[in-house]
Amino acid sequence: MMQWFHRMASPAWFYRFSGKLIPFLILTFTPLLIIGLYGGLVTAPSDYQQGDAFRIIYVHVPAAWMSLFIYIVMAVYAVITLIWRIKLAEILLISSAPVGVGFTILALATGSLWGKPMWGTWWSWDARLTSELLLLFLYLGVIGLYRAIEEKRTASRFVSILVLVGTVNIPIIHYSVEWWNTLHQGSTITLTEKPSMHIDMLIPLLMMAIAFKVFYGISLLIQARAELVEREFNSRWVRELVEENSDG
Amino acid sequence: MSTLNSLFFLCRRDVLIAFRHRQQALNPLLFFVLVCLLFPLGIGASADLLKAIAPGTIWIAALLAVLMSLDSLFRTDFEDGSLELMILENQSLTLLVATRVFAHWLMTVLPLLLLAPIMAVALGLSSNVLIILLTSLLLGTPVLSFVGAIAAALIIVIPHNGMLLALLVLPLYVPALIFGTSAVNNAALGISPEGPLYILAALLVLSLTLSPPAIAAALRTGVSQ
Repeated sequence: MMQWFHRMASPAWFYRFSGKLIPFLILTFTPLLIIGLYGGLVTAPSDYQQGDAFRIIYVHVPAAWMSLFIYIVMAVYAVITLIWRIKLAEILLISSAPVGVGFTILALATGSLWGKPMWGTWWSWDARLTSELLLLFLYLGVIGLYRAIEEKRTASRFVSILVLVGTVNIPIIHYSVEWWNTLHQGSTITLTEKPSMHIDMLIPLLMMAIAFKVFYGISLLIQARAELVEREFNSRWVRELVEENSDG
Repeated sequence: MSTLNSLFFLCRRDVLIAFRHRQQALNPLLFFVLVCLLFPLGIGASADLLKAIAPGTIWIAALLAVLMSLDSLFRTDFEDGSLELMILENQSLTLLVATRVFAHWLMTVLPLLLLAPIMAVALGLSSNVLIILLTSLLLGTPVLSFVGAIAAALIIVIPHNGMLLALLVLPLYVPALIFGTSAVNNAALGISPEGPLYILAALLVLSLTLSPPAIAAALRTGVSQ
């Protein structure tokens, strides 16, 4: 088990493996996205209150889920970085951040578009909107800190500490902001209760959620491969890789 | 040397250094007053309006003053090598760091509490709310110092980092700001301010216990670079 773990954490092995994995992920992602979008935008019944405007939920909610999910995944990488100092975890940690920024901005933008017809305003100082915006700044802080430090291994350790501090703070920020102001509609889906949503609406939503997760996997791997080659520029396996490619 | 002794010596040293550089310790105070001054100038001198924004103004001014003072927390010690000695010392770095942040709070932030009532009265806050304002600042500013110290330690290897420090710190300051101002607002409206004050006290306990290990870890990383 440990041996398998170490082999997987070796940069050269990861580079080759991820290169083979990406096409499969794309093959899963595309049909999920198409079927999920078709189900959400065409076949799902329209909402009795919000009409067709609710359909933006199929992008908004998965994006908002992902924005939090990626931060939690980053916290796991941060623990691995701090305890076992595995180089691959450092790279996966920092490669996750831009994807997290993307999903957070997507959630904010779609939320704003949804807010205009429903609440009559592009932006309101509502609890969830505000804590999502703060999450965006937490992501940007991670990227800013990493970029500012030359030595990338040191930078990764600093970033790991920052991500763990942020993870402790996210629930505190969330609940304090919620206490401060609430206008957002309550969650329709929680893990513990039966969803208050029609099953024909729910299935496309879950498909979109899985599609977004796979998309995270794809862009994470692409980012990580680039970061890996950049960091290991002078190592033997990168030179071998370049020679192989120039031959073929 | 026993742990308590060395903590006491560190605290005394920091306080002495701050005393010898009085001008530097004074700057956050001036900054605090200036920020408070800007709000009426920018918003207008209507008494009702000023009264309504007074708690938020004082809290934001205090928050920014703490932010401005953070960089000096570890910077000189990092540059002249005394931080390295602190780490090599046979004492828990976590405790040393907590002492350092406490001394810093004592010398640069606590004086703000003397000025805050004056600014509050100038902004038209009624005098029976002042005690709540002071309590909220007394509970809340150590949270700002301890949480801010984590970020100050994280950017120790980066020179000229003011903007980055603000980006890292300000999102983490949101809970203290929310509960601090809402305690004062509640008191001004005649509602019991106890709830937010208790939560502020809980935040204080959390930051006192959880941030020193994070600060110590960040400083170790910085020195070992």
